[in-house]
Amino acid sequence: MATTVIDDPAGMVAQARPTKKIRAGRDEHRAGWWFSAPFLVLYLLFLIGPALYGVVMSFFNSTSVRPGLGEYVGLQNYRDIFGSSDFWASMGHTLWFTVLTVPPLVVIAFVLAILTERVVRGRSFFRFIFFAPFVMPATSVTLIFTWLYASEIGLVPHWLDKLGITSPNLLGETKWAFISVAVLTIWWTVGFNFVLFLAGLQDVSRDVYEAAAIDGASPLRTMWSVTLPLLRPTIVLVTMLQILASLQIFNQMYLMTGGGPGTSTRPVMEFIYDVGFSDYRAGYAAAATMVYFAVVLIVSIIWYALQRYSRKGVRA
Amino acid sequence: MTTASSNALDYNGRSRAFKTFSLLTLLVFALIWVVPLLFAVTTSLKPEGEIAANPTSWWSSHFSFDAYSKVIDNTPIMTWYLNSLIIAALTVVITLLVTSMLGFALSQTRFSGRGAVFGLVLAGLLLPGQILVLPLYQMIQGMHLLNTYWAMAIPAAAAPIAVFIFESFFSGLPRDLVEAARMDGASWWTIYWRVCVPLCRPAISAVAIFTFVTSWNNFLWPLLVMSNVNQMTIPVGMATVQGGFGIMYAQLMATAVLGALPLFVVFMLFQRRIVEGVANTGIKQ
Repeated sequence: MATTVIDDPAGMVAQARPTKKIRAGRDEHRAGWWFSAPFLVLYLLFLIGPALYGVVMSFFNSTSVRPGLGEYVGLQNYRDIFGSSDFWASMGHTLWFTVLTVPPLVVIAFVLAILTERVVRGRSFFRFIFFAPFVMPATSVTLIFTWLYASEIGLVPHWLDKLGITSPNLLGETKWAFISVAVLTIWWTVGFNFVLFLAGLQDVSRDVYEAAAIDGASPLRTMWSVTLPLLRPTIVLVTMLQILASLQIFNQMYLMTGGGPGTSTRPVMEFIYDVGFSDYRAGYAAAATMVYFAVVLIVSIIWYALQRYSRKGVRA
Repeated sequence: MTTASSNALDYNGRSRAFKTFSLLTLLVFALIWVVPLLFAVTTSLKPEGEIAANPTSWWSSHFSFDAYSKVIDNTPIMTWYLNSLIIAALTVVITLLVTSMLGFALSQTRFSGRGAVFGLVLAGLLLPGQILVLPLYQMIQGMHLLNTYWAMAIPAAAAPIAVFIFESFFSGLPRDLVEAARMDGASWWTIYWRVCVPLCRPAISAVAIFTFVTSWNNFLWPLLVMSNVNQMTIPVGMATVQGGFGIMYAQLMATAVLGALPLFVVFMLFQRRIVEGVANTGIKQ
């Protein structure tokens, strides 16, 4: 963009610069900070601040009913967390949910995007249909699916019956509750990944396909040797965004099953919410948050590593 | 040759059958995706008695908006709409202002400390919002901001991703434009407000729409900070009345539809921009 302006009096700018340099530099310096200040204040106050405060809190016996930190307990909260079977169970539920949702959310989105790329007309129609659920609030989505899943009278058990399958209690049994919430999540959020894949496919240059056609490659071969490798950065991006999103599961699970039956589907965010706001053990919950954050951080680091790797792969 | 240019994947015209297969598969999926929405809408329009008698029927001879008027009469849903709207609007305005200013500073000025600011904001991308919930709650409580619109709007404005959207957009503006304005003696504020901001409509709309949708759909945070029923937002308010309806499915579905409706309208109006925004930035709630 910047290079296109040829008739710009570039010489004038260059000449004027040396005389103005010192004053302009200080002026620019001050402007930079003034423009940064509003965001930085909010950012330090409401993002960095709480993050650090959370770390401090995890070493104290804080409660949510009294302000202030309470008594210093050192690593006791962490010891409790590492020894808590409830915490590790909730961690396990979160991981199981992630395993259940990531592959279908990536694969279905990918397949739908590939198919949509093939149809000439109606592309925006499909984009609309698959993406629309993503803009709905969690409460609306869970209300609708609770009704679809309702035992005996819901649409899903009704159709299962018609297929000759005795419907299990879709939300009342641990095994099925995970699957039911996973299905809801796929319906709700697949459109997001679908759009990312569509954008990635559009970036693949047509020349590459034409070259493959001239070489006589079959469509399957083209898909395997051309589309997939070129799309690798998008696949990595979508997969990692999806893993991070699935690891943060709270809303659907909380609204749909409340972590039940019992606490058998309770994700880790709900564990933190429960001990922090129902049991008022804020320090303990903060320690749980830190352990959970460490897991998310490790995943994020893997993401950056993979992204750099896949970028290199494309350049080579 | 025309097929080659109209569809890149169908370059050799050999896969006509596959094209039909693609279309059919997509239509089946589209149908599956539409079923929950359509069923929710038809249920919401049926009389409760008919649902009890024949729950899985799609049709009714007595479609009416009864359930909707009952929901509107018996719950403070209109207050919640207003709250959600005010909070979302406040959040959008504050976010746009502070993130575009920083994006401008990072891309157009070379101030000392710029690298450090850049790194600090980049680090924020790594923090999942959810882990802040507990300490942030205590801080908001300490500031006596619980049950205020500010408790929702201000923390949400500290959005690193929006800074980077503006930063990358402002970086794309021709450098000569800013230089020329400075030669004319324009202040930095004038350059930001009169030169750069008017040029970055796509970035503004992407950030605005996403901030709006995220704010409207946010659940955990307003659940914590808005305990007063008259201060609740739509998603939280809906969750509290859920139990009250029992098995009044028409009213439950009417509530679900009402909660999703405004965003559907927003989505239909700005579909292209929303989809482009996702494609360009990969923001995930």
